[in-house]
Amino acid sequence: MWKYVLKRLLQGVITVWFIATATFIAMHNVPGDPLSGERATNEVIRANLEARYGLDRPILEQYFIYLGNMLRGDFGMSFTQQNREVNDIIREHFPVSATLGILAITFAALGGILWGALTSLYRNRLPDYIIMFVVILCISVPSFVFAALGQLALVNLNALFGTSILPVAGWGTVSHMILPALVLGLGTMAYLTRLMRSSMLEVMNADYVRTAKAKGLTPARIFTHHQLRNAVLPVVTVLGPAIAAITTGGFVVELVFAIPGLGRYFVQAVQQLDYTVIMGTTVFYGAFLVFMVILVDIVYGWIDPRVRLK
Amino acid sequence: MSIRPPIRTLRSADFEPLPQHSAAPLLVRPSRSYWQDAWIRLKANRRALISLYIVIAMLLFAVVGPLVWRVDPAAQDVDQISVGPGADRRAFVIGPWETWDGETVDAAFTAQQDENQGLRLAAAPVTQGVRLMWPEIPGAVTYRLYRSHFAAVDVTALGIPIADFAEGARRAYEDRLDLQARQYFYSVTGFDREGQRLEDFLTLEVEVQRVITLAEIASKQLPVDVESLQPGDLVMLAAHPLGTDYLGRDMLARLMAGARVSLFIGLLAPLLFVGFGVIYGATAGFIGGRVDQYMMRFADFVVALPFLLFMILFQVVFGIGPGESGIVPMMIALVLLSWPSTARLVRGQILQIREEAYISAARLLGGSHFYLIFRHMIPNTLGVILVTLTFAVPSAIFTEAFLSFIGMGVAPPTASWGSMSNEALKTMLTHPHELFFPALMISITVLAFNLLGDGLRDALDARMRGRD
Repeated sequence: MWKYVLKRLLQGVITVWFIATATFIAMHNVPGDPLSGERATNEVIRANLEARYGLDRPILEQYFIYLGNMLRGDFGMSFTQQNREVNDIIREHFPVSATLGILAITFAALGGILWGALTSLYRNRLPDYIIMFVVILCISVPSFVFAALGQLALVNLNALFGTSILPVAGWGTVSHMILPALVLGLGTMAYLTRLMRSSMLEVMNADYVRTAKAKGLTPARIFTHHQLRNAVLPVVTVLGPAIAAITTGGFVVELVFAIPGLGRYFVQAVQQLDYTVIMGTTVFYGAFLVFMVILVDIVYGWIDPRVRLK
Repeated sequence: MSIRPPIRTLRSADFEPLPQHSAAPLLVRPSRSYWQDAWIRLKANRRALISLYIVIAMLLFAVVGPLVWRVDPAAQDVDQISVGPGADRRAFVIGPWETWDGETVDAAFTAQQDENQGLRLAAAPVTQGVRLMWPEIPGAVTYRLYRSHFAAVDVTALGIPIADFAEGARRAYEDRLDLQARQYFYSVTGFDREGQRLEDFLTLEVEVQRVITLAEIASKQLPVDVESLQPGDLVMLAAHPLGTDYLGRDMLARLMAGARVSLFIGLLAPLLFVGFGVIYGATAGFIGGRVDQYMMRFADFVVALPFLLFMILFQVVFGIGPGESGIVPMMIALVLLSWPSTARLVRGQILQIREEAYISAARLLGGSHFYLIFRHMIPNTLGVILVTLTFAVPSAIFTEAFLSFIGMGVAPPTASWGSMSNEALKTMLTHPHELFFPALMISITVLAFNLLGDGLRDALDARMRGRD
């Protein structure tokens, strides 16, 4: 087990290094440069600014300085907001995105497992058809449409009841989080429902289920202890990529619901071409996602020994 | 004594073929190729077949649509801004419009109004201008005029202030600010000498009628004979079957233009990255060994890149120059990031096929590597590749819509379904049709490709049959 964990962690570190390098190369090839904006009109001013930001050094040296800073967890200063460190921005806005993401993934995973198990029990009967129709719909409708529709519905509901049942936008209290988390988790939930359904159907007729039946266990016990436990395994495997999808899908939801998360900040930084913020958030997000995937893999290896032995 | 049977001498007649019996019914199915078989299976799947028709209809909508509905998707119709589908498009013809002096009153019109009413109209309210006048409010020195879409019930919520009137100014105003053919509520409040707002206000509901001057008809090139028109005649403004957006652009034309962009990206990008993935994966799987390991390790790294983050990053790197639509950078970014999943899949397939007997046979017969890969291996993985391709289309369309929605996709004025949805978000509450149509197009297309992909997988991939 420990060997497996160590191996996965080492892979993760190399992957993060790859992400950091790709980001560095990409940002160095952006047309224009960080100083082409307003202040550097004069040659001398330009040279001074370049020296201040270390842009006059050879590119390889810049790369190693960049890697060194990343290792120390120092992402530098923002180019567009004076005296604001990228670390501050991440520290301030990432918890918001993370809260939203955790809520959404919890909702998606629980909902997906529940609905998937339910459809498999009612296979080819009305509840199955209805749920699978909704699932197909949820997979085919882009998240921003759900965000917009959810907001629209909320506006009408609030108007109908004359009071604010849930706030339409913003961030702060638990009531602010409910609708965005639902909207964000919906697509993933639909995907997990499909997966859970097919994996349940596969487990349905497995030998060990037949044995359990022959032993005389109640259908309820077979369902919870034999079928559900085995069918959940594939769902756990895709949780890693699902977390990645939900985190980046958060950009749209943060935009529509005016939530001060890191995703919205990243989009804004890209639009303003704020080099350090773009690089910092990309590497930070990348590292976060890579280690989330690894975490899921390790948990999976712990649940299902076949994986780590392979 | 033994009885021996007489030795029968064989004659040549013994070697004649027997007469043809009426043979047992022939139980052989006509031989069908893999693709014929798959096609029959697909045709039996009603859901997949309908999806296929929808996909074809969408392609026709994008390709043939703009040839039939010849409206410039970038042209603005300022007379019809944000109108819904099937909106009233009649307009009365009037003569040249002159600025109001604040005194002249259309006697025939004002006679219909209540003399004692506070805020009054001086002429029929039309989209060219609404002429308002009001009596003195006791205690008021200066006045402020408001316009709103909602009835005024409280002095604190009268709408948008459109004009202020200094002490002694004429209590009359001609509103010409972006008037649409709809209902407006005008209100006027007074302020006393200290600048305190009075509690009293006058309000008036106005139903504005759409009019068009002869000069405008001529400049718009409406399909009518300008010479024969008289003031008071009715003309029809340009038709917009699905309404217009917030800049007065025709929705149908923009949906068609958007379909071209969205489907172009949605179809070409998957073709490119699946193609690259197939070559990459086939090469790795065929060569095998150390090369395969290194190639796949590299693919693993690319998979680990956070997809949307790097999509956005690459969009910036490949830059959208002035006058460009941003389609090419998006294609490059999509191809650079999406190929590994196909490569992995194809490699796995090739590794299996490599051990098959027919490959050994082909090798023994002296088939070159190129021949083995392109004649035997890739055709045998084609079913899987086709299914991957079908599922790659909706995800590419989603990615385009997502990026355009957050403002990192195609650059305006290029229309795509995603960018149209983005623009419509601001007016979602008042003009939902602007969001509804592009969102519907995305959803239907993605749904059709998803169901078609399911059907294709069932038809082509025997092992996956029956799964969801």
